Amino acid sequence: MDQTNSLAVSTRTLRKRFGGNGATVDALRGVDFEARYGELTFIVGPSGCGKTTLLSVITGLLDPTEGEVALFGEQPHLLSPNQQIEFRRRNLGFVFQQYNLLPALTASENAAVPLIAAGMKWSEAVDRANALLDHLGLGHRRDSLPKKLSGGEQQRVAIARALVHEPRLVVCDEPTAALDHATGEKVMELLSAKAVHPDRAVIVVTHDSRVFHYADVIAEMDDGRIKKNERMHKEVLV
Amino acid sequence: MNNIALRMLTGDRAKYLGLIFAIAFCTFLLENQTSIFAGILRRTGSQILDVTDAEVWVMDPRTEYFEQTKALKDTDVNRVRGVDGVAWAVRLFKGNPVARTPDGKFAASFCLGLDDATLTGVPRTMLLGSWERLREPDAIVIDKAGYVLLFPDEPLRIDRTLEINDHKAVIVGISDASAPFLSWPVIHTRYSQAVNFVGRERTQLSYVIARPSSGVSAQELTRRIQAQTGLRARTTDEFRWDCIRYYLKNTGIPINFGITIGIALIVGTVVAGQTFYLFTLENLKQFGALKAIGVSNWRLTRMVILQALTVGGIGFSLGTGMAALFFEITLQKIATRGLVLMWQNVLLTLGCIFLVIIIASLLSIRRVIVLEPAEVFRG
Repeated sequence: MDQTNSLAVSTRTLRKRFGGNGATVDALRGVDFEARYGELTFIVGPSGCGKTTLLSVITGLLDPTEGEVALFGEQPHLLSPNQQIEFRRRNLGFVFQQYNLLPALTASENAAVPLIAAGMKWSEAVDRANALLDHLGLGHRRDSLPKKLSGGEQQRVAIARALVHEPRLVVCDEPTAALDHATGEKVMELLSAKAVHPDRAVIVVTHDSRVFHYADVIAEMDDGRIKKNERMHKEVLV
Repeated sequence: MNNIALRMLTGDRAKYLGLIFAIAFCTFLLENQTSIFAGILRRTGSQILDVTDAEVWVMDPRTEYFEQTKALKDTDVNRVRGVDGVAWAVRLFKGNPVARTPDGKFAASFCLGLDDATLTGVPRTMLLGSWERLREPDAIVIDKAGYVLLFPDEPLRIDRTLEINDHKAVIVGISDASAPFLSWPVIHTRYSQAVNFVGRERTQLSYVIARPSSGVSAQELTRRIQAQTGLRARTTDEFRWDCIRYYLKNTGIPINFGITIGIALIVGTVVAGQTFYLFTLENLKQFGALKAIGVSNWRLTRMVILQALTVGGIGFSLGTGMAALFFEITLQKIATRGLVLMWQNVLLTLGCIFLVIIIASLLSIRRVIVLEPAEVFRG
């Protein structure tokens, strides 16, 4: 079912406080944030403004101190720990700054990890990952170990891993930070072309202003708050 | 996920092999030292176990172990025979005369004097010659190790002579008696001859060995003998354990071996445990990514345990193989004969290695469980 433009992620007056006994840090100070299906939403801002914390709370890796997080109409932080894990495994795909591929697994096996974690048979999962790697233009590298791949290729394998189980939300943390500009552009092109889907929202945390033009919406953060929410007009920018 | 765990484990070949060899050498050291320790202690009762005819040993109440004997009166053998339930009882002499070859090579020996009439306690397995010839004048049977010690690099041959305390002794047989605690020749001869070899003393009867009549257990017979004669009576097995306990209590053997075994255990635990812990630490990022993706703590714990059991199993098998090979080689050597890899030691080592693995796993698992999946977002 095409859900384009309907709300996939929303937060209301979200707060996250770290520490205790007087030495506390308010990383999020009442964040209202939205991400829609079929859109590439960027969270941008200077280092330490709370981008990664917001991403961690949205994905359920951190619990909010106050406020609400809703993903696809559900509030995952209210689920039991096991249900949260299951929710994350089914609905979320991750792309990390440092790729975090398993060094002992080939590209296709790395891409297949979410399917294997969900209980799919190894060979079946790898076949599906291979098909996706072909689709992402990495078919010829499917049997290579991560150490034999360039940074850009590793990030494309990470994107395949984030998409292979067809999640409803893909979150990318600084996906171009470890790449040169040209490779970063290619990775963003791939994300924008293959990850964005009518039934999927994509959130990208970045402070790389050179790739902002791929965004449908840019939420600019500063000091734990969303300072500005801006809808981009891609056709003009591109 | 099990396959992923094993691939993570074997992915870094150097660390994987390092872990396996750390556990293998720890296993080898533990099995080797505990088996030699047990083998040496077992030797303290070799001459007791070799007397397969008797089931009960009677001695002076102050005798604590085989080597230390206080002579009984000659009439004590008859007192033992008079106890109800004794099928038969005979004399046994033990002394340590010096044996000398015609070439002048000499060695202190374990000389066992057997009852002249029955030759009870004679070694039944002869490598050369015949124990029945012990009835001939000056006849002795010597064990192979003793023969090699006195006649090095010479083939086994009977009818050679030795001089024992100025008495002529003719070798009529070569036995495969069990190795004694000290690497001395084991000489069997008749009682009347043995006491001559050593030199007459007022009393010379070292032990009375006996067998219960049918329907009476050895244990029951020891109780009856003690009650009626006031002498100390032990079953073969009890007497053997008396010897082991004596050496454990009164010698430095357990401390020396204990230190080696303790060091093997500590070094093994530290090296294998630390290597495995570091291996997990280096993979924390990957475990964090798996957590974020949606792999539960329980699943990750099983992965770590599988990795630990795999290296533990392979390392233990390799180490046991090395220990078995070691004992296979040393078993054929005179000085180390009888020292074998005992299944009890293998089992004990398996327990120790399992403990090492469990400790290393628990430390590693703790790090994985407390790991915040959000850590993976920190570059």
